Amino acid sequence: MDRSESESLVITLMVNGTTRQLQVEARTTLAEALRGPLGLRGTKIGCDRGACSACTVWLDGKPVCSCMLLAADVAGRQVTTIEGLADGDNLHPVQTAFIEYDAVQCGYCTPGMVMSCAALLRDRPGASAAEVRRAISGHLCRCGTYPHVIAATLAAARDRNR
Amino acid sequence: MTETGDEKQSHSFPAGIVGVELGQVVRQIAVGEPPPLPPNAELAVIGKPAARHDGRAKVTGGCRFTVDVVLPGMLYGRILRAGVPHATVRAIDMSAAAHHPGVRAVVTIAEAGNPLSGVLRYVGSPLAAVAASSPDAAQEALRLIRVDYEPLPFVVDLDEARKPSAPRVYDEATAPQGSPSGYPAPAGLPLQGNVRGPAIVRRGDIAQGLAQAEVQFEGEYRTQVQTHCCLEPHAIVADWRSDGLTVYMSTQYTAGVRHELAETFGLPLSRVRVIVEGMGGGFGSKSTLGTYGRLAVMLSREARAPVRIVLDRHEEQIDSGNRPATWQRLRLGARRDGSLTAISLVSYGTAGIALGAGVWSFAESLYRCPNFEGAQHDVFTNAGPGCAMRAPGAVPGAWGLEQAIDELAERLALDPLELRDRIDPSPVRREERRLGAARIGWNHRHAPGADRGSVKRGVGVAQSFWMANVQTNAACEVRILRDGSVEVRSGVQDIGTGTGTVMAQAVGEVLGLPASAITVRIGDTEFPAGPPSYGSRATASITPPARTAAWRVLQALLREVAPALKASATELVARDGRIFVGTDANRSMTFAEAAARLRTDALSAVASRADDYGGFRRRMGDAAIAQLDLGGVQFAAVAVDTDTGVIQVERVVAVQDCGRPINPRQLESQVQGGVLMGMSFALLEERILDRQTGRMVNPNLEQYKLAGACEAPDIEVIVLEHYQGMSATDAYGIAEPSNIATAPAIGNAVYNALGVRIRTLPMTPAAVLTALGRVGA
Repeated sequence: MDRSESESLVITLMVNGTTRQLQVEARTTLAEALRGPLGLRGTKIGCDRGACSACTVWLDGKPVCSCMLLAADVAGRQVTTIEGLADGDNLHPVQTAFIEYDAVQCGYCTPGMVMSCAALLRDRPGASAAEVRRAISGHLCRCGTYPHVIAATLAAARDRNR
Repeated sequence: MTETGDEKQSHSFPAGIVGVELGQVVRQIAVGEPPPLPPNAELAVIGKPAARHDGRAKVTGGCRFTVDVVLPGMLYGRILRAGVPHATVRAIDMSAAAHHPGVRAVVTIAEAGNPLSGVLRYVGSPLAAVAASSPDAAQEALRLIRVDYEPLPFVVDLDEARKPSAPRVYDEATAPQGSPSGYPAPAGLPLQGNVRGPAIVRRGDIAQGLAQAEVQFEGEYRTQVQTHCCLEPHAIVADWRSDGLTVYMSTQYTAGVRHELAETFGLPLSRVRVIVEGMGGGFGSKSTLGTYGRLAVMLSREARAPVRIVLDRHEEQIDSGNRPATWQRLRLGARRDGSLTAISLVSYGTAGIALGAGVWSFAESLYRCPNFEGAQHDVFTNAGPGCAMRAPGAVPGAWGLEQAIDELAERLALDPLELRDRIDPSPVRREERRLGAARIGWNHRHAPGADRGSVKRGVGVAQSFWMANVQTNAACEVRILRDGSVEVRSGVQDIGTGTGTVMAQAVGEVLGLPASAITVRIGDTEFPAGPPSYGSRATASITPPARTAAWRVLQALLREVAPALKASATELVARDGRIFVGTDANRSMTFAEAAARLRTDALSAVASRADDYGGFRRRMGDAAIAQLDLGGVQFAAVAVDTDTGVIQVERVVAVQDCGRPINPRQLESQVQGGVLMGMSFALLEERILDRQTGRMVNPNLEQYKLAGACEAPDIEVIVLEHYQGMSATDAYGIAEPSNIATAPAIGNAVYNALGVRIRTLPMTPAAVLTALGRVGA
C-alpha cells in the first residue's frame, strides 16, 4: 500500500450552499466523498473513469464528472449535487419536465442527465435540440431515454422563457 | 377474501385491432374475475400517459438503488478473478489476505483438483472473495492471495474453436448440458470437440422444398458479442443473521433469487427476504443470484455482518453475461410468386463457457413455409459466459433472416414489403407494415445504390415476433386504508420499465382514482410473489391480478358502504374519486368518506394471475405462452458517408403490438430504448477478445462504444391497440419485441443506400469502406 494515497485529510467543501467539513483520504474522489461521508447518494457512479457521466455534479456551477476529481483537489469550492437542485419542495423546471416527458426509465443515469440539462438551460435559456444533444453527449443511458431527455429539456426551456 | 372456485360466467370482450376491425369475443371466465374492460377510449386511467410513480424520487436523487444501501457494520466484498483464459488451479493460499488489516472474511470457490471449479476457463472467472471494513482494504487483500496454477492451451475465437484441432474448453464429463425446457439449449445433444449440437428441427421435406424452388438464395450472417452495460452495476448487500437472511439486490426477479438463496444455503423460504427499490437496468443479466451474489452471502455468513459487493465496470464487461456471437447460413427457396418452398438454417454460436448461442426459432416460424430444417450448434470458447439479453436468439436470428428475405425479394424482383405481404400470415404485421410504410415514406424509396453523391441515403424494413410470455405465479395485494389511501403491493420489481406505474393505473381505473393516488409498494418478497422482469412478461403477468385484486377489494368496500347510500352494493359505481349510486349524481360520497366507514383500518384483497381466458398455447410450470405472438415491424432511414464509412441512422419508425397499451408514454420510452439498443448493436458495439491473451481489450465504456444522444435518430413509435379478451387487462409486453427488428432494418436500409450488402455486425466505418472496396479486407 502506498502511504501517501491513504493519507487522511480534513477538507472543507461548500455543498449545496452549506459548508461541510469532512475527512477524506488523498485518493478519495469527489464522487466517493459525496456518496460516503457526505451521504449524498443521489450522485451515481457508473464507470468510475469519466466515460458515462452518471456522476455529474456542478463544480462552481459547471458540470463535471465527480469521479474524475479528487475531493482534496476541490477543497473550498462550490459543489452542487442533484439533492441541491430543487428549491425545497419546488422542483427545478428540468426535473418537472423529466417527469412529465418520461425522460426517466431505470433512473440511474438520471441525476447526472438532470444536472447537465439544468446547467445548459441556465447558460443557454433558448437552447436548441442540437445543443441539448451536445450537452448530454457524454451521458450514457442504456435504457435509451435520450429522445425524451431532449424533449423534456426543450420543454423546460419553453416554460421558462414564457 | 378468498379466490373463487370453478364457477364460470359468460362475458363479451372487445376483440380486434383498433383501426382495422373491432368486434367482440365471448369468453367463459371465473366468477372472481372482474368484468370485461372496454377499449381504452372509454377508460379514464388505463391507456393514458400517467407519470411514473417513482419519477419524483428518480429526478431528485432520492430513489434508493442497491448501490446506495448502507447498513450498520457493513463490509465491502471484492472478488479475485482469473487473469488467464485457461488453467488448472494447483493451490490457493488465502492466509496473507485473511490476516490483512480490516479483513473480516475470506471464501474460496476454486477448489484444486475439482474438474469444474478447479479449472479456470476464462479471464475474469471468480476464484475467491474477501470482505473487509473498507473497499480499499478488500482490494489490497486480493493482491495478497497466492494462486498456483498451470496454464492450459485456450481458444477464444468462434471459428477456431470449431476446428477438431482446437484446444478443448471442456471434456464430456464437464461440458454443460441443455435442459428439458430447451433453454438455454435443448437437452441430450452430442458433444464433439468444443461443439455441442446440432439441435435439429425439421418440418416437411427440405430436399423436396429446395427441388420445388424456382428461385434460391443462400447467405451467411454474423453477429458479435454484445455486453449488457447496465448503468447500475451488478450489486448486492447480503445480511446474514441468526434469524434469517435479508438480501438487497439489483435483480430482475426478487422471488426467483429468494428461491435460489433458500436452496443454495439450506434456509426455509420464510427466512429469506429479497428487496430491490431502485433498479438500474438488467436487460437479462440480473435474472439470477449469480456467483457474485452467492459469494456475498457466503462472506456475510462467515463474517456475521452485512457484506456489499458491487462489480466495477471492468468486471461488468468481462463477467456479467453477454449476448453470444453467432454465425448462420440461411438457404431459402421460393416460387416465382414469392411463396416459400424451403428454409434451411445452420448456425454456430458461442456463449463462451456456457450454452445458449442459438438463433432461436426465428427462421422456422416467422413466415409460411412448408419445409424447414434447422441445425443449431453451441461452440464452447474460453470466454465469459453469455446469458439472456433482450430477445435472446431472436436478435441474431432476425439479423440473418430479415436480410435474407430482402435478398430473396430482390432475386424475385419483388418489393420487400410486397414479398412479406405474400408470405407473412400475421394480420397484426400486415397492419404494422401499412402504418409504418406510410410514415417512413416507403413509396419514395429509390433503387439500391441509386443515390448520387458521396452521402447515400436508403430506407429498409424488418419484421419480428416474440412470444407473449406470462408468469402465472404472480400475485398482487390491494389495500384500501381508512383514510381513503390505497396501496398496491407485490414482490415484482420495476427495472425501469414502469411496472409500478402500470399497476397503479390498473388499480386506479377500478377504484375511480388517478394513478397518482395509488401508493406503489413493490420489490420486496414480503409482499405477494411477483413475476420476473424478463421475457417481456411483467406487465402481462402483474397488471391482471392488480386489477382483479382492486375489483375484489372494491366489492368489499361497496358492501360496507351500501347501507349508508341506501342502495345495494351492486348498484354502486366508483368513478372520479366518488362512490355513486348508479348514474345518480346526487346520491354519492367521496372515496375517502366511503373508506372512513370501514370496520377495520384496512380492507385487503390478494389476487393471482388467472390463466388467459382463451387458454394458453403452452405452459411450463409457473410460466406460460399466450396464444398469439407479438408482432413488430420497423423501418429505418439511413445516410451512409461513402468517404468516411460512417452510417447515420436518421429515422426509425417502430410499429409494435403489445395487446392493450396501458401507458402510451412509457411504451414509447421502452420502444425508443429497444430501437436505440438495436441501433447501437448494429453500428457500434463489440466485445473484442485478444487472441494472444484471452483478455477483453475494451472492458470499459469508452472503447466499448454505446450509442449516445448524438447518434440517436428521430424515432417514431406507433403502438397498436389490439384486444383479445385474454385477461383482466389484456396487456402483454414490449421490451424485447422492440429490440429485434432494428438491426436488420438498418442493414436493409444500408443495402438500399449502397447497393452493397453487409452481412457481418457491427457495421463499422471500416466494414462499410471494406464492403465498398475502398480499403482492403
